[in-house]
Amino acid sequence: MRKNNRFLKIVVYIFLVGYCLLTVAPFLWSILTSFKTTAEIAGGGTFFPETWSLKGYETIFKSQFLQWIRNSIFVALFTTVFNLIFNTMAGYALARIDFKGRQLLFSAMLLLIMIPSQVTMIPLYIVVSKIGLIDSHWSIIFTTMINIGYIFMMRQFFINFPRDVEEAATMDGLTRFGTFFRVVLPNAKAAIATQSVFIFMGVWNEFMKPLLFISSPDKYMLTQGLNAISKTYKNATQWDVIMAGALVSIIPIFILYIVMNKYFIAKNDQTAGIK
Amino acid sequence: MGGKRYQNLQGYSFLMPALIIIVVFTIVPIAYAFFMMFFKVDILSGSRSFVGLSNFEKLFQDPKFWASFENTFKYVLVVVPIQTIIAMALASILNSRIKFNRTFLTIMFIPTLTSSSAMTLIFMWLFNNNGLVVNMIGNLFGTKILFLSNPDLALTVIMIMNIFSTVPHFMIVYLSGLQDVPDSLYEAASIDGANRFKQFLYVTVPQLMPISFYVVTMGLVGCFQIFDQAFILSNGTGGPQNSTLTFSLYIYQLAFTSNDMGRATALAFILGLIIFTVTFIVNKLLKADKVNG
Repeated sequence: MRKNNRFLKIVVYIFLVGYCLLTVAPFLWSILTSFKTTAEIAGGGTFFPETWSLKGYETIFKSQFLQWIRNSIFVALFTTVFNLIFNTMAGYALARIDFKGRQLLFSAMLLLIMIPSQVTMIPLYIVVSKIGLIDSHWSIIFTTMINIGYIFMMRQFFINFPRDVEEAATMDGLTRFGTFFRVVLPNAKAAIATQSVFIFMGVWNEFMKPLLFISSPDKYMLTQGLNAISKTYKNATQWDVIMAGALVSIIPIFILYIVMNKYFIAKNDQTAGIK
Repeated sequence: MGGKRYQNLQGYSFLMPALIIIVVFTIVPIAYAFFMMFFKVDILSGSRSFVGLSNFEKLFQDPKFWASFENTFKYVLVVVPIQTIIAMALASILNSRIKFNRTFLTIMFIPTLTSSSAMTLIFMWLFNNNGLVVNMIGNLFGTKILFLSNPDLALTVIMIMNIFSTVPHFMIVYLSGLQDVPDSLYEAASIDGANRFKQFLYVTVPQLMPISFYVVTMGLVGCFQIFDQAFILSNGTGGPQNSTLTFSLYIYQLAFTSNDMGRATALAFILGLIIFTVTFIVNKLLKADKVNG
């Protein structure tokens, strides 16, 4: 029995290490590729670069890449801030304020969350163009600044939030808004951080909305820019350029992942309402 | 504190921003969609005319519709079961007393962080005619399999990519579910002589049923909507030979290449209906399973 257990343990570790290697391999290969010369890539070449070259990265930074990074940062930051304020306010109201129609609104939102985005995609495009937001970054910010899933998550959070803290604040003469911004928000830091990292990542990685709404190359979001880069350089097998672009585009999320690691992994966000 | 009217006022002022955005960018488009699918809409000239059910009729006679239908269903049928099983298995392995499980977890999560566009480019480079995977298979078996230009294999690359990048996300969901499974159940099972594998089958799997329902539902919804990867991989064409044409990609093509917004909305409606129906059926099946188990 004991021997058997030990054998099982070794198998499990080999399996886990294997899976991790499999996870890292595509990224490692891209990193190596990004440092090769185009000639070497076209010739098939070896696993490691024969001559280390920064040409791929130079080409990337000479293009509009930096502008696209700025665009993505602008849109992602605004969207995240709006989301966390408005989702949290809505979740708070649904959990704590006893107003008429609360149950109805909650059920209506539950229904809306089930409608796939494709159904609204084309009419949404028309609405956005009627408002005159086509080819503006605000088209993405406005259409993404509320997330019903995270409204649920915050509602769930506030249902379990101790009431006496708020009551003390109200006694001290704070209004509902005052209590919310000065007492409730600071105490909801963990839930808000979880919400923020996932929203930021969601916008940063979003592909379809920029594709629909943004058309001029200087306004591209990074994901759209990557697609443009791949179109330009694919046929000339300049995969060093394409891989350099793909890798640089991931770096900001990686930094976020390293700094806020516990919010990425200790999440039970959307399942909270389901369980 | 405060009267009933004061409460109402407060409630709605807290909800106001969310409500405005939801009405303008979700409810209005949904209402608009119900109307558009019965019309022929041309966005360039702004003309529209009532065509009844003709948008749907045209779709059902359209070979590209049936190609996207077949591709999307094939995709869902392969990806959803595989990603669910791998995610559950990995989560239960990591949940058993494993050293460095945090390190394993941190590394395994990386694909979920990566944008679909960067991931697609990386996979295109791996499966490209000159790519690592193709060359490796070439060296091992002596035949060059050209994944991306072969209509039978292009979709497979997208399947592998999707499994690769969604497994870590669902693994985390399963892990948080596993925390709630009481240890006493495993102890009881091991006293009854069940080995690790049997414990997994008779304790873990049934206990995780509610989580599995969530994972399968989210997996279904996500897979039916597959767009980014197919778009980037095929340059928006759905090629080679329509083999990567998915529902969402065809909706996009109808709306923005053929300029037929009415028919595109009709197709979106069909997709919505399919997602609802399949989710409903799966919900019933999993719940029935739970009662029997």
